[in-house]
Amino acid sequence: MKSAVEIAKDVQSGATTASAELAKAYDAIRARNEELNVFLHLDVEGAEKIAADVDARVARGENVGPLAGVPIAIKDNLCQIGIPTTCSSKILDGWKPPYNATVIDRLVAAGAVPVGKTNLDEFAMGSSTENSAFGPTRNPLDPSRVPGGSSGGSAAAVAADMTPLSLGSDTGGSIRQPAALCGLVGMKPTYGLVSRYGLIAFASSLDQIGPFSKTVLDSAVLLETIAGYDPMDSTSLNEPAPSLSAHVNDGVAGKRIGLVKELYEGADESVVASVMAACEALKAAGATIVELSIPELQLGLSAYYLIAPAEASSNLARFDGVRFGLRVDADDVTAMMEATRTAGFGAEVKRRIMLGTYALSAGYFDAYYGQALKVRTLLINAFKKAYEQADLLIGATTPSVAFKFGEKTDNPMTMYLNDVFTIPTNLAGDPALSVPFGTGEENLPIGIQLLGPGRSEAQLFAAARALESADGR
Amino acid sequence: MSSPLSREDVAHVARLARLTLTEDELALFTDQLGGILEHANDMSSLDLSDLAPTAHPFGLINVFRDDVVKPSLDRDGVLNEAPDAREGRFAVPRILGEAP
Amino acid sequence: MVVGMEVHTELLTKSKLFCGCANHFGSEPNTNVCPVCLGLPGSLPVLNEDAVELAMRIGMALHCTIAPSTFHRKNYFYPDQSKDYQISQYDLPINSGGYLDLPDGTRISIERAHMEEDTGKSTHIGGSGRLAGADRSLVDYNRCGVPLVEIVSGPDIRSSEQARAYAAELRGILIATGASDGRLEEGSMRFDANVSVRRTGEPFGTRCEIKNLNSLRSLQRAIDYEALRQIELIEEGGTVRQETRHWDEGRGETSTLRVKEDAEDYRYFREPDLVDLAPSQEWQDRVRAALPAMPAQRRSDLEARIANITPAQKDAVVVVIDLGLENFVNAVADAGGDVAIAVSRCANELAANVEALGNLTVDAFVATIAMEAGGELSATQSKQVLAELLTSGGDPRSIAAAKGFEQLSADTMGSMVAELIEKHPDEWQRYKDGDDKLSGFFVGLAMKQTQGKANGKVVIAELQARK
Repeated sequence: MKSAVEIAKDVQSGATTASAELAKAYDAIRARNEELNVFLHLDVEGAEKIAADVDARVARGENVGPLAGVPIAIKDNLCQIGIPTTCSSKILDGWKPPYNATVIDRLVAAGAVPVGKTNLDEFAMGSSTENSAFGPTRNPLDPSRVPGGSSGGSAAAVAADMTPLSLGSDTGGSIRQPAALCGLVGMKPTYGLVSRYGLIAFASSLDQIGPFSKTVLDSAVLLETIAGYDPMDSTSLNEPAPSLSAHVNDGVAGKRIGLVKELYEGADESVVASVMAACEALKAAGATIVELSIPELQLGLSAYYLIAPAEASSNLARFDGVRFGLRVDADDVTAMMEATRTAGFGAEVKRRIMLGTYALSAGYFDAYYGQALKVRTLLINAFKKAYEQADLLIGATTPSVAFKFGEKTDNPMTMYLNDVFTIPTNLAGDPALSVPFGTGEENLPIGIQLLGPGRSEAQLFAAARALESADGR
Repeated sequence: MSSPLSREDVAHVARLARLTLTEDELALFTDQLGGILEHANDMSSLDLSDLAPTAHPFGLINVFRDDVVKPSLDRDGVLNEAPDAREGRFAVPRILGEAP
Repeated sequence: MVVGMEVHTELLTKSKLFCGCANHFGSEPNTNVCPVCLGLPGSLPVLNEDAVELAMRIGMALHCTIAPSTFHRKNYFYPDQSKDYQISQYDLPINSGGYLDLPDGTRISIERAHMEEDTGKSTHIGGSGRLAGADRSLVDYNRCGVPLVEIVSGPDIRSSEQARAYAAELRGILIATGASDGRLEEGSMRFDANVSVRRTGEPFGTRCEIKNLNSLRSLQRAIDYEALRQIELIEEGGTVRQETRHWDEGRGETSTLRVKEDAEDYRYFREPDLVDLAPSQEWQDRVRAALPAMPAQRRSDLEARIANITPAQKDAVVVVIDLGLENFVNAVADAGGDVAIAVSRCANELAANVEALGNLTVDAFVATIAMEAGGELSATQSKQVLAELLTSGGDPRSIAAAKGFEQLSADTMGSMVAELIEKHPDEWQRYKDGDDKLSGFFVGLAMKQTQGKANGKVVIAELQARK
């Protein structure tokens, strides 16, 4: 399949049309969507209009934008005006937002064509997309296995060659982990780099929207298109979008890459082997590897599983059957709210809402939520110290390759442990990406994680490109 | 090892969160939540008294908008998405008791 | 009794606190709403800079410390709360540690004056149309997200009169800052009172919160009722439960809304969608420099222009300042006119007809007062001229002429007084012997005889001349 950059070039030059590329995308989608359950909704009419508009602009000789005519899949926790946005939950089944997420507007302004909404773990809570109220998504590389989560649908869309690009969201690893399990490039940007306006919130201080793609260059182009200050988001960094695609081939000569023990210890043998091989590849490309230990990272899981549910329990309170979405009627409004939420939320969502409510409640705040916020500071300080000795850090993205359905659903903690390598960067607010490198059991892909200090996306892409190139891509 | 939280704790929290649990769910969640909280003990036992909690990781402060009126949503569109709307308002079953 | 007041005021911004919807009272339901104030999934708040400015003005007017602050979420489920949490301020409010001096000099401490967003409004249909017994409730979110400042006093108030004075003075201050319009009847200002009782010297008793007080009169009545209720309860051997009570104006009693034992756990935590607020010293200085004079200052400025001021005149000054009429009085003072008469006419005749003030020019007022002071008009005639000016504007001299308010000649006055003296020898004797009050008797008779055209001062002068 052509990369996004190639498609945009061809559309802009007239070698192909946006409408033709869109038709190809829908063909690929129809071929495997029933088997894989990637898309919850296809906005055929809307997409065809947008594609026709792109073609008209090209015909008028306009420079449409860096994503001219590129089909893109959108995770279904991003609001798109007038089309169903469900967060893979019964409680929002059928709801159509009256507004666009900022990132959607920016995509369309750059010429991209959103084709439909992809499946996720309900309200982005999960690491396998098994928590969707509308059935799990299957990994295109091996449909008996999970694609990862929570952005499983968006990962599968690109891995199955349905679209060259997709958008996901990452709160504790929900872009990077599915990217690793599906053999894709997935990036979680610096907190505040991409506007959260229109992203249905899970954990407000951790959520970020980011790109899925096959190539590093595509990822950089997509990210710089959606990034930059948004007055509708108070937490967005007051800076314009950084230049990223221009630096993808900067290389890693002279860079110090920190190999962090806590970011691969305990992972499967094949994963550890890939991490080591990646270090060798970066050395060959001119970087130096520094062995580091950041023991504070081990506290990340506990802090995350208190902060994220706490914020989520509050963010999800608005789903009460009053103004939108599901309503289960009752004699009085309190009973109605309770009946609605009980019927509308799945087990994992309920679990986290209760965990979060408990962590915030009177008497427990200091011990749990308050303490977790201090652990955040501890982590941020620990990362700062590490970045005195290294420009970037390297480790595994996930402990294993894609696992089988049902393998980790018995005990919630087992599933949570999937995020142990990805969580710390969300807590620190720093950027990180996953880039495919090597394979493990059953020839399934392994993802290498690269981490950097705030606003270091350009360096991360350059290092990822070095690995991509060493891996023969 | 007994769970750090009791069934009563879980039932209370479910009420606060406006969730109804079955007896089975109550037992299951008590167990599962207890397991997660136990894992958090490594964190809650630390002395972090000299650390301040982090607000925005990059220290953003004083973000404002100008006091300018912007167009509101079209009411019909909004009420169309409502489960029940009457007389231009959102209708709900009767409210018992005043707001806190 | 021990009373603490919580007063909420809406701020006079053009748009809401966290979104660009209009901050406007009386619009058609749900026409000033957007994803943010409706709490739609994916929406985010952005803080209105002008609301912060107005909040600072209020803090400064109440002598508070302005400090860096944060916003917190107060989590509770209720249909008029569109996110099922309210964005408010908790342990780090923008304003704290201030005070308000009542006109009688009592100082009431102000614990805090923090920012928060308002809720929507619900009405109830079916049943009796009141909350209890309603079938459905209907919610309008126009008011949801309107900026509020909540002002919390210390438990320093010791009577319902003091509470009323506090509320009235606070209202005057809020209007003076330009932050609020103080319209109790529109709900842009609301009172809650926390009332407890104790025997003198003993620690504070359990308090009850009274809500739904939307006039100064209800405030005073409700506090009196509640204090008495608690006293009677205690004297009968009962204990006061900590609860929220609702004031019923029609029945004149408070009743239980909700017992606070099962208190809501608001699970306050810092609002992650907003960043910290730390107004610069330069901004604070600008706000302070531009702060208009407060009612207390305006009252004392006006009092200073009245020589040998009496308590009754001080009361009149309160009315004049409260209604913002001091420019009329100041104009008279500036022209060297009779300030005492001016204050009285303002506090009475003008105050009675504030809607029509547009018709009366300051010059016309000054001229009228001059005519009254100079004896050209009697007090009664002056009031009639003012009434006419308020109704239809114009010029006092022409109005006086049209009404036939000619001065009664000195001769006419003289013979009339002489006649009255003859007809009432007993009263005249008592007056001559020193009972000055009887001058009023003679003035009254003169008024009757001349249909109010007689000038009281002239009558008195004639009496004295004949003593």
